[in-house]
Amino acid sequence: MFPVVVAVGLVGLFAFLVQGKQIDVLQPAGDVAAQQYSLLMFALFLSSLVVVPVFTLLVFFSIRYRAGNKKATYKPEWGENKWLEGLWWGIPILIIGILGVITYQTSHSLDPYKPLVGGKALEVQVVALRWKWLFIYPDQRIATLNQLPIPVDKPVHFTMTSDAPMNAFWIPSLGSQVYAMSGMASQLNLNATKTGEYTGYTTNINGEGYAKMTFKTKVMGQAEFERWADSAAKSQDSLTMETYHTLAEPASDQTERTYRLANKKLFEYITEKYDGHSMHSESSS
Amino acid sequence: MNELISFLVGRLSPDYLPKDPVTIGAAIGMPLAALGLVVLVTYLRRWRWLWDNWLTSLDAKKIGVMYIVVAIVMLLRGVADAAMLRLQTAIAANGAEGPFSSDTFQQVFTAHGTIMIFFVAMGLMFGLINVVMPLMIGARDMAFPLMNSISLWLFVAGMILVNVALVFGGFSNGGWLGYPPLTELEYNPGPGVDYWIWSLQIAGIGSLLSGINFVVTILKHRAPGMTLMKMPIFPWSVLVTSVLIMLAFPILTVTLALLGLDRAMGMHFFTSDGGGNPMLYINLIWAWGHPEVYILVMPAFGIYSEVVATFAKKKLFGYRTMVWALMAIMFLSFVVWQHHFFTMGAGANVNAFFGIMTMVIAIPTGVKIFNWLFTMYRGRIDFKAPMFWFLAFVFTFTLGGVTGVLMAVPALDFQVHNTMFLVAHFHNTIIGGVVFGFFAAITYWFPKIFGFKLHDGLGRWSAVLWQIGFLLAFMPLYILGLMGAVRRIDSYSDPSWQPLFITSGIGVLVIVGGIGLFVLQLLYSVWKRKELKDTTGDPWDGRTLEWSVPSPAPHYNFAVTPIVTHRDEWWHRKQKGVKTPAKSDYVDIWLPKNSALGLTVGALAGLFGFGIIWHLWWLVLIAAILAIAVIVRRTLSDDNDYHISANELYHEAVRARS
Repeated sequence: MFPVVVAVGLVGLFAFLVQGKQIDVLQPAGDVAAQQYSLLMFALFLSSLVVVPVFTLLVFFSIRYRAGNKKATYKPEWGENKWLEGLWWGIPILIIGILGVITYQTSHSLDPYKPLVGGKALEVQVVALRWKWLFIYPDQRIATLNQLPIPVDKPVHFTMTSDAPMNAFWIPSLGSQVYAMSGMASQLNLNATKTGEYTGYTTNINGEGYAKMTFKTKVMGQAEFERWADSAAKSQDSLTMETYHTLAEPASDQTERTYRLANKKLFEYITEKYDGHSMHSESSS
Repeated sequence: MNELISFLVGRLSPDYLPKDPVTIGAAIGMPLAALGLVVLVTYLRRWRWLWDNWLTSLDAKKIGVMYIVVAIVMLLRGVADAAMLRLQTAIAANGAEGPFSSDTFQQVFTAHGTIMIFFVAMGLMFGLINVVMPLMIGARDMAFPLMNSISLWLFVAGMILVNVALVFGGFSNGGWLGYPPLTELEYNPGPGVDYWIWSLQIAGIGSLLSGINFVVTILKHRAPGMTLMKMPIFPWSVLVTSVLIMLAFPILTVTLALLGLDRAMGMHFFTSDGGGNPMLYINLIWAWGHPEVYILVMPAFGIYSEVVATFAKKKLFGYRTMVWALMAIMFLSFVVWQHHFFTMGAGANVNAFFGIMTMVIAIPTGVKIFNWLFTMYRGRIDFKAPMFWFLAFVFTFTLGGVTGVLMAVPALDFQVHNTMFLVAHFHNTIIGGVVFGFFAAITYWFPKIFGFKLHDGLGRWSAVLWQIGFLLAFMPLYILGLMGAVRRIDSYSDPSWQPLFITSGIGVLVIVGGIGLFVLQLLYSVWKRKELKDTTGDPWDGRTLEWSVPSPAPHYNFAVTPIVTHRDEWWHRKQKGVKTPAKSDYVDIWLPKNSALGLTVGALAGLFGFGIIWHLWWLVLIAAILAIAVIVRRTLSDDNDYHISANELYHEAVRARS
């Protein structure tokens, strides 16, 4: 009975460990994350159609055909059966067939590049730096550091790049991560359906300050967001090329800041500066 | 004058001496341990014995044992690294400082991954293949025994470079696959990444040579009568794996060479500027990297097939489908690499294609699991230690397969990619599939090599502790991944993650206990070797040819080359009544003489790598020229074999029987 005791003990321990905790991926706060959550549950259910028989047979055969049990049938030369083998080629093919169709559909429906429904999206440009996140709101002419205020129930269109080693931009409560790479602009469409604060991460190792490179996604009502954007646009701090170059220096920085955006073309400058010529000969324009 | 000095010392400088306490400890401890070993061998007056019987031996079984010894020592280092990682994450929550700096932590996880894959899993695999594959196909040795020895010593040279990095210069901080641009000069000018590149490059060449050797051995050296479809499943898995090695490892070699050119010559293959493209590197490294994981796991599939049939005392169920499943996996493993970066922003159709291909691999793998289960059905299962590893495998690997299928759905992968969920998933498959398989194999084939069995009870408890430790260490990581914990973090701000990280750390300790029991099992069995002696040569009532020869197996494997008529040849012969060969059946045989060439080439390759890492171009040149010279010299020599007469073989066989 040792295995049963261990199994019950472990399940109890893990249940205790997760009790009452926030599990971002399983408690979605956006439409994308919510669809991914349902997809996860369905895929788990399909997998269980194979796992449950495997575990049952493993336990049953181990007990039934142990050497000590002389009552059990023993057929040492039996090693082939077309029907049985057909069965376990067939069942997995069927399950993977279903999952394959769903994979194809969700690859399209949850394509990060696909715009979400629900009106005109808020444009946010994301720049991963060593080791901090810069968010540019070109239409509002503001920029923020390590904080991402967005309105609830409104699509947000992110355009991402990196002025650093490769990064990935991920807010688990809202869904989908996509890489942010220097010299390139990748895209991601998300929305938030619940107000609140959600942590965002980079998932790709990028040097010293990697673990502390997080940001706060602040989901607020539309009116509140507009008030915040108006006051931010009047901010004393201006994000000029000079401030940008200071920010781009490698240093871990977790402070949250707000800037007035001086140069509307800043994002284009960051993505284009890697093109063609060497970084060392780059002239700051 | 200054130019001359900088030419001679390259970029060697006292600045690279270790500074923090952990690396200083290792830097003192490791040379001391090596020195202790030298003193011990000298004290026991065993240098001659070591040289003649082991270091210069071309006997595949001895080469295999040396691979396994190195791999087990490296397993201890890899696990120590793992314990450091989980110690850090158990402490560094919510602003608390962990014991290691970010840079040290990043070097440790890079070393952990690199060592576990290249110097533990690959080492165990090559070791076991060398030990048992020729015996199972009725061959006298590998097709190219000398090349086999060169492979071993290139592997050892790579291993030594990884460990030298710990003492002098530091290791890469770029993860086990070293994605640029982080690993380019721009972000990483020091020698760490170069240590990583050149240790893998050198070991990788050794792997490629092994792959070629295994394929030729299986295709050309099978005993008469053993058609491919009468070959046991383990050699089949080796054949399929070796084809993968031959196709995949050149990709690794080229990719690392291009990254090396970027770093040594300032080129721009993978830099973010100057026209370089890091995405190209990521594609290339996974075009090798995905087949690589199947290279590791397929021999383990072969092992389980042998173990379950032997201990269930029953024919392997569905031999033909097993072979076809292996071939299907081999083929499919080359068309799934993009699933490692669904999040790079490829289009929906590309992601869907690679996602579906990945799931398709689950079909032949699932078929294999059912075939193993139905080998148990209507068997008489003897639950010796190898069967414990088998049970742990089916349980653990099936769970890993499920999380793998989840991650194969691109839309789901977007939520778990590069998180602790991923870390848990690949440990689930690699520990459950590969590590458990190799422990099963070591226990199973140990008596064939050393002439005595390993203690069974300790082996079973080792499996039990590994299984429990595994669950404790990795189930919390699945949950943490879903909570938002990304991989490779050395600290986190959310205090609610800490109990899970602590549990995971405790799991590592339980695994350490399992390894401890394995080491204890080895020591205890050596001590009790008289009681555990295998007098029959067939301690498990085996089915395949290796059990037809005495234990320990003679250095020429088979005194008389067996003629094969059945798939489970030895089982079949035992059913019919074993005939002893007549005196006229014996013929003279020739075997390769010992050679120090492998050792020499390995040492030169190590110096070559060290030269490039530290920009000692004179050393690089000298080592390269010498390596070519010693190989050429050997190819001109004719006196490489020795001869054992039929008469000698016959009398030895008679002596062994009485």
